[in-house]
Amino acid sequence: MLRRYGRVAVLLALLAVEVPLVAVSVVMLVLSVALGMVFLFPPQVRMVRRLAELNRRLMRRWTGLAIEAPYLPKPPPPVPQADGLYRYDRTLYKTPRVPAWSDRWKWLITDPATWRDDLWLLLEPLVKVLLAPVFLLLPAQGLRLYALWSELLLGATANSRLAGQVIHLQRTRNLATDSQAAEMRRIERDLHDGTQARLVAIGMTLGAVEQLVDQDPAAAKALLAKARDASSETLTELRRVIRGIHPPVLAERGLGDAVRALAIDSPMKVTVEVDLPQRLEAPVEAAAYFAVSELLSNAARHGDARSACVDISAKNADLRITVTDDGLGGADPAKGSGLAGIERRLAAFDGVLALNSPPGGPTTVTMELPRVLPGQGAGRPSRLPRGKLALVSLLWATAWCPTFPQGFVAAIFKIFGVREKTWFLALHLPPAWQWPTIIGMIMLGLTMHVMAIRIPVTHSRERWMAEATPTRPWCS
Amino acid sequence: MNVLIAEDLYLLRDGLVHLLQAHGFTVVGAVDSGPELLKGLLELRPDVSIVDVRLPPTFTDEGLQAALAARTSVPGLPVLVLSQHVEQLYARELLADGSGGIGYLLKDRVFNAEQFIDAVRRVAAGGTAMDPEVIAKLLASNARHEPLAALTPREREVLEAMAEGRSNAAISQRLYLSESAVAKHTANIFAKLGLAPSDDDNRRVLAVLAYLNSRA
Repeated sequence: MLRRYGRVAVLLALLAVEVPLVAVSVVMLVLSVALGMVFLFPPQVRMVRRLAELNRRLMRRWTGLAIEAPYLPKPPPPVPQADGLYRYDRTLYKTPRVPAWSDRWKWLITDPATWRDDLWLLLEPLVKVLLAPVFLLLPAQGLRLYALWSELLLGATANSRLAGQVIHLQRTRNLATDSQAAEMRRIERDLHDGTQARLVAIGMTLGAVEQLVDQDPAAAKALLAKARDASSETLTELRRVIRGIHPPVLAERGLGDAVRALAIDSPMKVTVEVDLPQRLEAPVEAAAYFAVSELLSNAARHGDARSACVDISAKNADLRITVTDDGLGGADPAKGSGLAGIERRLAAFDGVLALNSPPGGPTTVTMELPRVLPGQGAGRPSRLPRGKLALVSLLWATAWCPTFPQGFVAAIFKIFGVREKTWFLALHLPPAWQWPTIIGMIMLGLTMHVMAIRIPVTHSRERWMAEATPTRPWCS
Repeated sequence: MNVLIAEDLYLLRDGLVHLLQAHGFTVVGAVDSGPELLKGLLELRPDVSIVDVRLPPTFTDEGLQAALAARTSVPGLPVLVLSQHVEQLYARELLADGSGGIGYLLKDRVFNAEQFIDAVRRVAAGGTAMDPEVIAKLLASNARHEPLAALTPREREVLEAMAEGRSNAAISQRLYLSESAVAKHTANIFAKLGLAPSDDDNRRVLAVLAYLNSRA
């Protein structure tokens, strides 16, 4: 009890910060809008956001209500053009400072959450004063009520989640298309420099054989043998390219056996544990396979590891892969491009990579790909809680009564002047009350029908939103 | 000698039929899908069959699965598996039952008709024919292990040829050694690896392969 009063006291004490902040904010906003002192805007937003974040944290700790921050992801740092200059709108800059500042400013001012925060701050003193009696008499309920109020203006909305999701998807799409384009270029180069050149050589050899075959059959035979060897080499080369595109064993057997094949080919002693209920989709399989392949070859090449362990398992619809080796450790994603490449590949599936590699080893890499197992999680219909289910059933069971007999049928009786009153409530009332009652009944019935349909729909939409929104937008 | 061919590419199937017929084999069947292959293997019981790993309907490893299934019900049924790529994983699965009459070669080995026919005959006789690439990979993944590191380069060459499934006579021809020298090298290899020596060529090869597989 005492602790609750302590919390209430903290909330009220925060007013000492909030009231001056309201005053300062108003001044800063007026100055930045009316007098064009735009540089005052970002610091003001930053102050308010810091306070809002503090409030979210307190509410989470005190009432358990997790209030998700609604802000859009930060804009990425400006990228220089080919000539080294930075473009913002139609102006070119030598340094990224101005474009970065402009991006930031635009990001802050277009985010509706900025204005919701300001509204929250403005109303905050009023709400606290209004809630003061509740705080004093029923502190637990008061805190709960206050948390709900905070969530109303500080929590994520469907729009903010979707906007965040769209930005996140745009970035991962760019990453995915970039890495795919790089792959394509690599394959093109391999085919151009290797296979194609060798086939040209074979063709030339065969041309020479054609000329020689009558005059010098022995030399022609020797050249034919050479052409045959060259075609063998071409095939070997082609096999290497194919392995780089999509390893045949992966296509034939799936991730588990493909990783086992990797383990056999590796110079280290690799143990493989696979626990997957079914085959994954081909792109996911490929990303996971190349990630494991890269990690194992890193361990053998740079880590000087003797043995390694790969564990692939599914948790609900998520795929989790752990690769552990007994090498030197000290791996750093910033140094080599290997780990960064894996991260890029996984990003297309919202995958994350966690690296733990203390100097001296062992190195453990854990990768998680959320919701990639087919037929699980994503397609599962969301279940209504029992209370809502009972309400929906009750609505369906009773909604017909006010709509049809008490509503429409009574209205028809009334229009055609049927004398029968049966059990229609409206017809038993004085004439002045009859039409209002009939219309009221129809309205009530329709409302009940609409509610019976809306409750499950909105419920699953909430659930869908929650599932569709990344909880770890790591790439921002 | 009766031979069954399973290959879905018409040109290659036709080429194999002609090649084998020219070398005195009787082609009792040429099928192009996994289920047909399994039926053929079990009903015709060919002296040897030549099987492509990837076959319709799923174009995964139907041929390999059919061969493994047939060898479970008819142990030692001679099968030579051909593929566009070789995997140690598949080689292990084929060798797992410990009986001979198994081959696993890259498709390009067909280019050299003489060696290919030799491999077919070896498999039909209950021997083994492993692709040099499989053996090279197998030795590479064993590279760090003590007993193998102790082999001389010449002994390594002999071991490679032996693991491919060649007899002493064939090894002596390939490495330009006398047969007695090959026999001496073989005895040394077996001593260094700690394996019991055996005069039977086929059993010897299987022992070496099992040894290499167990260590990798």
